[in-house]
Amino acid sequence: MKVKLFLTEAGELSRFTGRFFKQWFRPRYEIAELMRQCYVIGYNSLPLVGLTAFIMGLVLTMQLRPSMVDYGVESQLPAIVGIAIIREIGPVITALIFAGKIGSSIGAELGSMKVTEQIDAMEVSGTNPFKYLVVTRVLAATLMLPVLVLLGDAISLYGSWLGVNIRSTTSFSLFWTQVIDNLSFSDVLPAFIKSYFFGFAVGIIGCYKGYTSSKGTEGVGRSANSAVVVSSVVIFVIDLLAVQVADALGFKLKT
Amino acid sequence: MIAEKEHIAGKETPSPGGNVLVIRNLFKSFGNNHVLADFNLEIQKGESVVVLGKSGSGKSVLIKCIIGLLEPDKGSIEMFGKNIPDLDEQELDEIRAKVGFLFQSNALYDSMTIRENLEFPLRRHWIEVSQDEVNTMVMEALEDVGLEHTVDMMPAELSGGMRKRIALARTLILKPEIILYDEPTTGLDPMTAKGIIELIVEIQKKYNTTSLVISHDMNCVRMASDRVVILVDGRCYASGTFDSLLKNPDPNVKQFFE
Repeated sequence: MKVKLFLTEAGELSRFTGRFFKQWFRPRYEIAELMRQCYVIGYNSLPLVGLTAFIMGLVLTMQLRPSMVDYGVESQLPAIVGIAIIREIGPVITALIFAGKIGSSIGAELGSMKVTEQIDAMEVSGTNPFKYLVVTRVLAATLMLPVLVLLGDAISLYGSWLGVNIRSTTSFSLFWTQVIDNLSFSDVLPAFIKSYFFGFAVGIIGCYKGYTSSKGTEGVGRSANSAVVVSSVVIFVIDLLAVQVADALGFKLKT
Repeated sequence: MIAEKEHIAGKETPSPGGNVLVIRNLFKSFGNNHVLADFNLEIQKGESVVVLGKSGSGKSVLIKCIIGLLEPDKGSIEMFGKNIPDLDEQELDEIRAKVGFLFQSNALYDSMTIRENLEFPLRRHWIEVSQDEVNTMVMEALEDVGLEHTVDMMPAELSGGMRKRIALARTLILKPEIILYDEPTTGLDPMTAKGIIELIVEIQKKYNTTSLVISHDMNCVRMASDRVVILVDGRCYASGTFDSLLKNPDPNVKQFFE
């Protein structure tokens, strides 16, 4: 029974995604709403992403230090933290924070609009609600998450530099040089590209859960909750696939 | 059946060119639940028709089929001479620009101010309209419902009755030729409900709009109707003026007036 439910849900989500691809490039273009959503989804998420990224960089450095000291490679701390943040932790943690903040808010907002007939009202007012509400939010989430990941990575590395300086003294330029020297194009590009997919997944799942919400206010809560749960799981699945694809395309760690 | 003998909507003699809305043999089901089964109705220009039915009898489904939010299984809904189920998105929008729809839950956009709520249908239907014209029309619509002072407030700051009035103002802003009211007094206290019905009647007189009201509130039915249509088992069971139906001995009709 649960398998059937899962397959039905997956089928419905695929159809919803298909509808998105069918509609997103057709006029009328909701540019003003897209810009507003970029502001709401991107700019308003920056403080939370920045704070978590900073703490993550700082804590990661503090946790890694003892092991690095034991192996006598403390000087490689910026390099290892840099690679970990840029390749994996930065995009995934930012995407999870993004799913928690944006996925739930899209799910709850659209769900509440659905149960209070606001989506129907939009349709009656000569507006394609799918385009106005879904396409704009999914595009904004897809475009904004990579930007947040880049900024989050930078803030995280700054936190890491402070972490390094708790027990020793390293100048920012030396720290930065060590990080950059140990990173290559093949570290940055796959991580950057996969964050577009993370953003798309959070946007489309949040919109799908909200847009298909039913059963009144209880349904709205459930939509918001399952938007976060499903998009978080999907982020890890995409991450797993992205590693395989990046490997297959030859984007490997420097040896 | 006595009630049917009196007046069956589907068998009315249509006045040539005078019908704004003609519904013929409308069917709509959800699974095995046959909500509308061979429903017929004609509404003439300037007429105010109230569809009376029990909760869950398919009144809201009917009104959503008329505006094109639900697709009927079978039958035709001709509005301004065009069959709604056959129209594409653009044609449907052209028809919708002439139709006002007052939602049961008001459906005001929570994230927008009252001004933005009222501007929304204007901007979407009449893209060329200037900001000065928009401002004038917004204030005119708010004056009609007596709530000019709420223009920069948010919907959450208003009472239930005020929200209903604002929803009515948003419906009026496009100067529709026909207004569809979905349970306009549901959830309101009797005094506020009376005020809303009086406002609906006043608007009908002022703009000479055609109205289709869905309700089970007898006060609303009495005050706002030129003609009442009783919906039973998904079809138009009886039709007539409020007073004529009041005297009708048919038990299916009588139950609404007891």
